[in-house]
Amino acid sequence: MYPELGQFTLILALLLSVLLATVPLVGAITGRESLMGFSRPLAAGLFVFVAIAFGILTHSFLVDDFSVAYVANNSNSMLPWYFKFSAVWGGHEGSLLLWILMLAGWTLAVAVFSRRLPTVMVSQVLAVMGMVSVGFLLFILMTSNPFNRLLPNVPADGADLNPLLQDFGLIIHPPMLYMGYVGFSVAFAFAIAALINGRLDAAWARWSRPWTTVAWAFLSVGIALGSWWAYYELGWGGWWFWDPVENASLLPWLAGTALMHSLAVTEKRGVFKSWTVLLAIVTFALSLLGTFLVRSGVLTSVHAFASDPTRGAFLLGLLAVTIVSSLTLYAFRAPVVHTRVRYGSLSREIFLLLNNVLLVSSMLLVLVGTLYPLVLDYMGGGRLSIGEPFYNTTFSPIAIAVGLLLGAGIFSRWKKTDGGWLGRKLLWPAAISLLVAAAVVAGFGNFTPWAFAGVFTAAWVTVATVADLWLKSASRQGRWHGLRRQSRSYYGMVLGHLGMAMTMAGATVVSNYGVERDVRMAPGETAEIGELRFTFSEMGSRQGANFVAQYGRFDITREGELVATLYPEKRQYHVQRNVMTEAGIDAGLTRDLFVALGERVGDDAWAVRIQYKPLIRWLWLGALFMAAGGFLAIADRRYRIRERASETASSTPGKAEGNVVEAVS
Amino acid sequence: MHPIRKKRLTIILFLLAGLAIAVGLTTYALRQNINLFYDPTQIASGEAPLDARIRAGGMVKQGSVVRSDQDLTVEFEVTDFVSSVTVRYTGILPDLFDEGQGVVAMGRLHPDGVFVADQVLAKHDENYMPPEVSDALEKAEASGARAPAMNQ
Repeated sequence: MYPELGQFTLILALLLSVLLATVPLVGAITGRESLMGFSRPLAAGLFVFVAIAFGILTHSFLVDDFSVAYVANNSNSMLPWYFKFSAVWGGHEGSLLLWILMLAGWTLAVAVFSRRLPTVMVSQVLAVMGMVSVGFLLFILMTSNPFNRLLPNVPADGADLNPLLQDFGLIIHPPMLYMGYVGFSVAFAFAIAALINGRLDAAWARWSRPWTTVAWAFLSVGIALGSWWAYYELGWGGWWFWDPVENASLLPWLAGTALMHSLAVTEKRGVFKSWTVLLAIVTFALSLLGTFLVRSGVLTSVHAFASDPTRGAFLLGLLAVTIVSSLTLYAFRAPVVHTRVRYGSLSREIFLLLNNVLLVSSMLLVLVGTLYPLVLDYMGGGRLSIGEPFYNTTFSPIAIAVGLLLGAGIFSRWKKTDGGWLGRKLLWPAAISLLVAAAVVAGFGNFTPWAFAGVFTAAWVTVATVADLWLKSASRQGRWHGLRRQSRSYYGMVLGHLGMAMTMAGATVVSNYGVERDVRMAPGETAEIGELRFTFSEMGSRQGANFVAQYGRFDITREGELVATLYPEKRQYHVQRNVMTEAGIDAGLTRDLFVALGERVGDDAWAVRIQYKPLIRWLWLGALFMAAGGFLAIADRRYRIRERASETASSTPGKAEGNVVEAVS
Repeated sequence: MHPIRKKRLTIILFLLAGLAIAVGLTTYALRQNINLFYDPTQIASGEAPLDARIRAGGMVKQGSVVRSDQDLTVEFEVTDFVSSVTVRYTGILPDLFDEGQGVVAMGRLHPDGVFVADQVLAKHDENYMPPEVSDALEKAEASGARAPAMNQ
C-alpha cells in the first residue's frame, strides 16, 4: 500500500513541477503578477511530495518490505538499522530519488530566502529549477522507479547492501556530494533567468554568489568524504585514484571554484559578465555530466551499478537538451551586454582572470582524460584507459601555478596595482616560504623538485594570506579592533585559502614522502619502516552483526616503546559472501600508520600492506576548512544589508540597477 | 596602441598562452599514458607491443594460480577460452580476485610471453564484469570457441 502511495506522490510531484516550469514563466513574460505568485506555493508543494516519497521509501527499508524490488536488492533483515537508512541511497533508484529530494530542497530554499528579490526574477529562477525537476522526475518514473514491486513472489530476505557501502562514510558522502551537484542548479537557474531578462548586472551576481558558495562548500565536503572513504574502506590507503567517477565530482568543483571567483569580479567591478554566465551554465552541465557518467553504467567503477541502456540514453538526452538550449539562449542574449569598466594590465581583475583560465584549463584536462577513452570506445577505436601519470604530469603544474598566483593576487588592488609595490610586498612571503620549503624537504631528507614546489606553494599561500590579514587589521585602536573590523566574507576567503594551502601541503607531502610496503608476514614476524617496527603478534576472529571477521594484531613500536596497536580485519559478510578488507589505522595530525591484510599466502603467512602516511589528514582537513570558509562567507552581514537596499530599489522599477550598483561600489 | 586594445590584446595573449600550455601538456601526457587493452588471443598472436604499458584481461583459469612461498609473487593464467597468457604479479591481489573470475591487469608484456603486471583489478561485486573482459569473451565465443560453463 505505502509503496504505491510513494509512486503516486512522485507523479503528483511531476505534475507540480510541470506547472512550476510553465505558469510562473508565462506570468513573467506576460507581466501577470497573479501567475508569478504561483511559483512559491508550487515549489513548496513539489518539495512536500518528493519528501513524502522519500520518507515512504525509507519506511520500506526500515520495516524490511522486500516486496519492493529496490529494497530486496539493496537491504537485508540482518542489516543494522542505520545502514538500512543509508541503503536508501545505496543503489541507482534511491540515489536518484535523493538527487531529486535535494533539488526540491534547493528549489524550496530559493523560494524561502529570496523574498526580497524582484518577483519576476524569482519566478523565472524557480521556473528554471522546475524544468530541471521535470527532467529528473520523468527519468525516475520512466526508467528507475524505486517503488516497483516483486509480486507475487516476495523474496524471504534481501540481497543485502554491497558490503563496501556498509560504512559511516557512505551515510554522509552521497548526500553532501549531491547537495553540491544539485546546488549548482541554483546558480544555473539565476544565469538563465538573467539571460532571459537581459539583466546581467552586479545585482544578479550578488544574488547568485551565496548560492554558488554554499553549493561549492557542500561539494568540497562531499569530495573530501569520498576520498577519506576510499582511503580507509577500499582498503589500500590511496586517497585519489583519478577514477572517472572521482573526476566526475572534481569537474564541477573546478568549474564551480572558477565561477565563485568570477562572480566576485562581476559583483564588485561589473566585468566578465558573459564569462560568468557561461561558467554558471558549464558548472551545472558538468554536474549533469557527472550524474550521467555515474548513473548510466558507462564506467568501470565501484560506483557503477548494473547498467541499463535506456537510462544512459535518457540522461544523455537530458544533458544534451540542457546544454543545447542554454547555450542557444546564451548565444542570442550574451552579446547584448557591454561593459565600459576599465582595469589595468596588472590588477586584481587580471589575477582573477588568470585564476579562471588556469582552473578552466585544469578542468578541461580532467575532462579530456575522463571522456577520451569513452568517446574512442564508442567510435570503435578500441578500449584504452588513461592512468594516474597523465593527471599527475598535467594537473600538478597547474595547481602550483594557481597557488603562486593566489599568493600574489591577494595583495593586488582592483583597477590598477603598481608592479614595484606588489613586488616589495611579496619579498618577505617569498623568503619565508623558501625557508619553510627547504626545512620541510630537509626534514624528510629527500629532495625532489615537485615536493619542494608543492610545499613552497602551500607555504606561500599561507604566508601571503596571513600577511594580508595582518596588514588589513592594522588599526589605531589596537589589533583586536582591527581584526574585528574585517568582514565575515573576508574571513571566509582567508579560511578558504588557508584550507587550500593545507590540502596542497598534505597532498604533496603524502605523495612524496609516504612509505608503502607490501610484505609477506606470519605471526611473530616484524617489518620496519624507518624507526617504526611493525610486529605481527597474532591472528584472531570475531563476530559482527552481519559478518565474521578474522583480524590480525599488529604492535607498532619505536625504539622499544609502543606507539599503537592495530587490528586490521578480513570480513566475510553472510549474505553476499564477499571478503572485505578493513584496514587498521592509527590516525594522527602529523601522520597515519596503516596496516591492511591482503590474502592468506601460506599456512599462516599473510600478504600485509604497511604504510606510513605523513600529513594525510591535512588533505581532508583542508577541504573542511575550505567549506567552512564558504559557509562563513555567506553569513556575511552585507548580504542582508544589501538585500534591504535592493528592496527599496525594486519599489522604483527602472532605477533598481543603478541603486544596487551604487550600494556595491 | 590604444590602451583598451592593448589591454584586450594582453588578455587574449594570456588566454592563448594558457590554452597552448594546456593543449601541449595534454597531448604530451596523453602520448605517454594511454594504456590500450588487449585480450589473450591478441597477445598470443603477437599483436600486443612489448615496449608499452598495456592492459590485458580475461578470466582467471581454474587451478592456474601459483604462489611463491618466499615473497608476494603470484602467477596465474588469464584466458578468453581460446588462448591464455601467463600473468606475473608481485603484491597484494584485490579481495575479489579468484579463479574463474574476470580480471584486468596493467603492466608490460615481456619477450618470453609473460605479462608482468604492476596492477591487478578485479570486479567490484558478484554481478559485475569489467566491460573489457565481457567483450573479449564475446569475441572469443563468436570466433567459434565454446566457453565452458562458468561455475562461480
